[in-house]
Amino acid sequence: MMRKRLNIRMPALGGQGAVTAAHIIATAADYEGYYAISNPFFGAEKRMAPAESYARIGIEPIFDRGEVVYPDIIMVFHPQVITMGKSYTIPFYSGIKRNGLIIINSEEDLLTEEDKEYLKSLEVKVLNFNATKFAIDIAGTELATNMAMIGAFFGAVGVVSMEAIEEGIKSRFLKKFVASGGTAALDSAVERKFKKKLELIQKNLDTAKAAYEMAQRWAQEQGLEPFLPPPPKKALVQ
Amino acid sequence: MAQAPTEKVIYNRAGQRVVSPDYLLFEAPRTKHFMTGSEVVKEAVKRSSVDASVSYPITPQSEAAHLIGELWVEGYVGVYFRGESEFGVMSEIAGCAMAGARCITTTSGPGTLRAVENFPMWAGSRLPIQLILMVRGINSPLTIQPDNLEVAFLLDTGCMIWYAENAQDLFDMIIAGFVVAEKPEVHVPLITVVDGFFVSHTREAVMLPPDDIALPPYDPYKAPMPVIDAEVPPGRFLRDPFIMKSNYVSYATHTSWQFEVRAAIERSRPYAKHYLRGLIEEFGDPEAEIVFVACGTAAAQSKEAVRLLEDEGIKAKVVKLKTIRPFPVEELVNATKNAKIIFVPEFNVVGWLEREVRRYLYKRSNADIIGTPRVAGGMTMPPEVIVKEVLKILGKEVKHVI
Repeated sequence: MMRKRLNIRMPALGGQGAVTAAHIIATAADYEGYYAISNPFFGAEKRMAPAESYARIGIEPIFDRGEVVYPDIIMVFHPQVITMGKSYTIPFYSGIKRNGLIIINSEEDLLTEEDKEYLKSLEVKVLNFNATKFAIDIAGTELATNMAMIGAFFGAVGVVSMEAIEEGIKSRFLKKFVASGGTAALDSAVERKFKKKLELIQKNLDTAKAAYEMAQRWAQEQGLEPFLPPPPKKALVQ
Repeated sequence: MAQAPTEKVIYNRAGQRVVSPDYLLFEAPRTKHFMTGSEVVKEAVKRSSVDASVSYPITPQSEAAHLIGELWVEGYVGVYFRGESEFGVMSEIAGCAMAGARCITTTSGPGTLRAVENFPMWAGSRLPIQLILMVRGINSPLTIQPDNLEVAFLLDTGCMIWYAENAQDLFDMIIAGFVVAEKPEVHVPLITVVDGFFVSHTREAVMLPPDDIALPPYDPYKAPMPVIDAEVPPGRFLRDPFIMKSNYVSYATHTSWQFEVRAAIERSRPYAKHYLRGLIEEFGDPEAEIVFVACGTAAAQSKEAVRLLEDEGIKAKVVKLKTIRPFPVEELVNATKNAKIIFVPEFNVVGWLEREVRRYLYKRSNADIIGTPRVAGGMTMPPEVIVKEVLKILGKEVKHVI
């Protein structure tokens, strides 16, 4: 049976931008014409403490909100989620659904034989790749790790175009400037800041795009079908 | 208010065109935006010609409070400042309301309890203040996560209580809230409840009317209580001296006043019905014998459960309560006519909504009322868990939930 909904869980560490990633994923999916919703969940967190965020994408209106207990996709933003148990659920893949997908930000294989057996029994695919290296090589900062994760996710599931992803990223970072009336009215200080911001956005986009293409190739090699039917509506984000 | 060419166009302090509540809520064209519950509070306040707001930070409402402050910077809100505590905030906002201002403020969990003395005072003073309550668990142990136990403490403060399910509800309820609360024959405070994180921090699609139109400003001279006169001290807000005396006149005055506050809440029914398009919303099979009665996120999760039950061949429906005070008694009785089992899923340990449902359906329904599932402390209520509970109670086989 074809899926109607993709539930995505993103275990990460505080400061890695998983909250931003979830919002961008939902915004991009919404732009593509899917129903989408995203939310973070955190305690009084600090950097390097466990933090999680979630996104849901589907072909019918989504009411469900809160933690994703039964995910189709798990995006592990940091090796310590697995190696140090910095996750809200132990094991980190608890609740994963049949035919699911796990994306891990690590080139090393961090799973035990037991993990692999369980995931294999549910026909869950695992994509290991070094998102942080993508970020450092392309954007020049590990802060763009979340962009590489977003790119890899969309590349692997094959339902949202690069154009929509760009829109999601831009709407997250450009909002304030657009609201204040366009670049013409900005004074030089703000203009410099804006230029820097545009450069940063471009670096983010490049990182996401590289990871998108990598994951797309991987999905083809694995023989993966798109994870959702085509979007039910085409509507523009304001 | 479709403006006839001869009609004078009125603008508010922010330069927005003043339109009728019906035009703003029902007729104005809407466009889609993708934003969080906190951001939608800003959008609603922006279109409500608000005079005053007082803030104090506490997760999860800090962002909404901050964004109202941005509106003050942009000229949409007349007065904005930070109180010294939640008790201070709720007292100061009362002062603003007594002076004739349209007021809004926000709080959460422990902040609500710190402020609680003020809520019956607002109601007794007939102040139509709107409080956006982004619920969070109550200490101890500490949690910053959604848990709506605090609503149980507010049920009988004399304030109206509405409960929003999502960002769209929240936007529409805030605007409708001012209109209903400020009706001269209502004129009591409104607590607009929404689940912290599940709505405040969740990003979703919302349909918004343009932001160059707004509600007509509040007219304090239509209030049932006189506006405080700062020129003639001391400014009295209640005719208090005789109430302070120990005699039967004072007892009777206190009693009748308390009844009057509650009667005012009752008088809000027709207005709330109009501006909220009904006090309840139904989802699922209208004839279903299995009915979920819920509010807020519990209603959202129940809607997903209804879909999953349908896949199992079981008919069910959700009755979402939009108002808790006034309680939609007749609507609930009608909507549960066919019910054999009523489930009341809740995000708290005490089951305050189950109590309310039992109380109002007493001798008016033959259904079994079951207060399950119930989660607390910030826990999520996955639809799969709701389905599991239903199947267990129906004596059906519970297969693996996924």
